[in-house]
Amino acid sequence: MQLARVIGTVVATVKNDSLEGRKLLVVQSLNANLQPQGAPLVALDAIGAGTGELVFWCRGKEASFPFKREDTPTDCTVVGIVDSDAHVTRGGGR
Amino acid sequence: MILARVLGNVVATQKNERYRNARVMLCQPVTPEGEEWGATLLALDSVDSGVGDTVLIVQEGWGASTAATGEAGAAIDSAIVGVVDRVDLLEPARARK
Repeated sequence: MQLARVIGTVVATVKNDSLEGRKLLVVQSLNANLQPQGAPLVALDAIGAGTGELVFWCRGKEASFPFKREDTPTDCTVVGIVDSDAHVTRGGGR
Repeated sequence: MILARVLGNVVATQKNERYRNARVMLCQPVTPEGEEWGATLLALDSVDSGVGDTVLIVQEGWGASTAATGEAGAAIDSAIVGVVDRVDLLEPARARK
């Protein structure tokens, strides 16, 4: 799983049946300093995230588990919204 | 999922039997702004995409196999699952914040 910023949305009318009604988010993965790392990806939304929010996403087949239709083809799903940037802390936890 | 542009397709008469009737598309990953990045790849089409389309590609075997052939368990690791109409982005300054 990785931290990411939702930087946009994708509109796709023609798509796989099981993606019908799903929100597609453009996510930019971030490092521990909340700086961009790697190329932006397109993620399926499972949590109600929107543009500008700090989120985390899950990869692999497990990314399809949040959806009722188990044949949902996704390899990247937003599964959590971080409360705020200040809620990402390094060291000194506990 | 990644965004990619369809560059063309590949014809292979001799192939794994699970690829029967599949369209194998040659795709170039692109950024949301449309700039090319990374290595060219092949993906099976499940949405009747065409050359020049910007598409969504799933790169996870189970989902790709299910989307492209209707069944899991084929030797497929990438499938085109959507044709992109539009990408709406935050302005770059806010996106980097």
